[in-house]
Amino acid sequence: MNGTLKVALIGNPNTGKSTLFNDLTGLNQKIGNFPGVTVDKKTGFSKVSPELTAEIIDLPGIYSLYAKSRDEQIAFEVLYDKKGSLKPDLVVVVVDASNLKRNMLLYTQVADLNIPVILALNMIDVADSNGLKINIDKLSKKLGVTVIPVNARDNKGVEKLKEAIAYSTKIATQNKTIEVEEIAPMLINEIADNFEVNSSYEALQLAHQHENLSSLSEEQSDLVETLEQKYSFHSSKAQAQETIARYNFINDLLFDCVKQDESAKGETFSNKLDKVLTHRVFGLIIFVVILFIVFQSIFTFAEYPMNFIEGLFLQLEQLLANILPAGVLTNLLIDGVIAGLSGVLVFVPQILILFLFIAILEDTGYMARVTFMMDKIMRKVGLNGKSVVPLISGVACAVPAIMSTRTIENWKDRVITILVTPLMSCSARLPVYTLLISLVVPSKRLFGVLSLQGLTLLAMYLLGFFAAIGAAWVMKKIVKSREKGYFIMELPIYRMPRWSHIGLQMFEKAKTFVFEAGKVIIAVSVILWVLSTYGPSEKMDAINAKYATPEMAKQFNPDQLQQHLKSERLEASYAGMLGRTIEPAIRPLGYDWKIGIALITSFAAREVFVGTMATIYSVEGDDSNIVSVREKLSAATNPQTGVKVFTFATAFSLMIFYAFAMQCMSTLAVVYRETKSWKWPVIMLVYMTGVAYLASLVVYQLLK
Amino acid sequence: MRHSKKIQLMNLSELEIGESGTITAFTDQHMSIKLMEMGCLPGEEVRLDQIAPLGDPIAITVSGYKLSLRKTEAATILLKSN
Repeated sequence: MNGTLKVALIGNPNTGKSTLFNDLTGLNQKIGNFPGVTVDKKTGFSKVSPELTAEIIDLPGIYSLYAKSRDEQIAFEVLYDKKGSLKPDLVVVVVDASNLKRNMLLYTQVADLNIPVILALNMIDVADSNGLKINIDKLSKKLGVTVIPVNARDNKGVEKLKEAIAYSTKIATQNKTIEVEEIAPMLINEIADNFEVNSSYEALQLAHQHENLSSLSEEQSDLVETLEQKYSFHSSKAQAQETIARYNFINDLLFDCVKQDESAKGETFSNKLDKVLTHRVFGLIIFVVILFIVFQSIFTFAEYPMNFIEGLFLQLEQLLANILPAGVLTNLLIDGVIAGLSGVLVFVPQILILFLFIAILEDTGYMARVTFMMDKIMRKVGLNGKSVVPLISGVACAVPAIMSTRTIENWKDRVITILVTPLMSCSARLPVYTLLISLVVPSKRLFGVLSLQGLTLLAMYLLGFFAAIGAAWVMKKIVKSREKGYFIMELPIYRMPRWSHIGLQMFEKAKTFVFEAGKVIIAVSVILWVLSTYGPSEKMDAINAKYATPEMAKQFNPDQLQQHLKSERLEASYAGMLGRTIEPAIRPLGYDWKIGIALITSFAAREVFVGTMATIYSVEGDDSNIVSVREKLSAATNPQTGVKVFTFATAFSLMIFYAFAMQCMSTLAVVYRETKSWKWPVIMLVYMTGVAYLASLVVYQLLK
Repeated sequence: MRHSKKIQLMNLSELEIGESGTITAFTDQHMSIKLMEMGCLPGEEVRLDQIAPLGDPIAITVSGYKLSLRKTEAATILLKSN
């Protein structure tokens, strides 16, 4: 390798920049983190000529170098990075050829930074079909840069672009677009004297952005501030003046280089489609139907692969139990690691299906319309039109749902969405609800058709939804925000989905889930395994000795003996002791210490509740057999009072607790990852569990 | 002036679907910066395409593409009707 060339891709959202990035790098890409922000840092390598490999970095989609959010800030940060490792040798500005006017604003800004630039005109096919004739040579001559028409969707022009990258010069060739110095001549000069800048425009950008730049020291930033006051620099006014000047330049440029074929004008297909899809009545009906299809698919299609995965792990466990020598390590492997792994992988089918739909809806442009239609309701409760997607995804699993909040630019809206999404009934709650409902709700039908149990389950889902909405409304009043909320958003034209792109998205999400949530779930299940296997040794020894006696062997068959042993050991274990410790706190909710153990083990994942109950009540045979667990539980009585443990009141109190409580370590971990702070996961844990406690208390005391 | 011109001054949130106007000025400087970056510039023609089912936000065509914005944001854009 004769050294690498660093190339940054920059462009507006919806310009196909990411597709072009995939075309250039193939699967040879890496997703990392930019320090301090939540945008993924996507980098990859591309062999642009036999001798030269270029390192491509995909910057977040932005409309202008003036950042509107922390995440957008990173783009200028990378371009300004004086000493850092990120500073690109070459910038490829990707523009949507069918929407040149607005797209060229960013080009003119980047060009004036005096970094070598190539202009990639993407979506040239859409421009063609809209009757836009772009004179590439003239455009290139006027700008003084290489202009390459590409069609990233069909991989067209990508080779030409690679060639242009390979033959790019180290020296910026572009013409200046506007007279930057006119905006603030003295200030620009003095900043240029004091800082290392390679253009007047970079000096002006420093004046605007110095407060947010991590590469500037506090003294440097203060110096800029002093200079601004000296020359009475007004940031908003200067920005307005600059933007108008840039658009004047663009209008002149496009007047010379682009011809609109009048015959091709007229109403576009996209606009006609919008008339139906955002129609007052049909728009909402279509949205509800699509939602229904998504839910149905998540629950019906995912069931088969989920059963398959569970079955596979059960077989694996049995196989390992047979071939490995019995002992602590084998138990740790089977009951800790493998059980944890199974708990992670079992959700993968749902996540794949969910993201298949989300990626299709996003890629076609429909998701932007959902946002458009839902913004008003969502805003009333302190959310944003863009919160709809995470809330829907939350029904499958909060982890990917929280990852999908990244599209919300406004920080406050995003934090609130993150905080309320776990209240949506995720699929891990389903087995808990199913078990408890089957315990106390009679399997009768209302009016002969509506199943009472089904209605109760539906009510639990609605409860989760309304809790999320209510919590958002309360938080809207509490969470402070510095950023002003916008809803100025592009509605991209409708396009056919790109299947390879969708496949890649699904793969990425599933991978992130398995690795991010997986680490936590496996770690927690190992810890829980230790807690529920070990206890004070004298007690444990006593139990072992008790069950080793011949009387016991006479009384029970070997299977029963094992079950009773397991159950008594769990009672004596550290987890059992914890359960007893928290019993005073949970008794007002109607729970005994055995349920306490299940609450603790549920921290790995909620559905662990069922398995734990099975162990505590020493269910014979298959742990995952819900019928046998149910029979045991309904027969369970409190040894002191002789009253049934699972009364109507206790079961409902427990369901309410599971509906509200934050019992999912993976969710907390992903919230930490997305907000870069422990503050939000802690708030989430406290408020959700607090609400759960109070609500369960009220429910139990009323129903008792 | 007694002979008032036919040109009517209004803001963007007052357009009817299918109507268009030309941007003349902004009433909120902070908002105007974002709007101008998005192609809503003085002298530019805008057309109202859709109103969301619940009456807000709205979608307009401007600078050759479709933009959605809330009514409160649209109200900061002054127009003369075409």
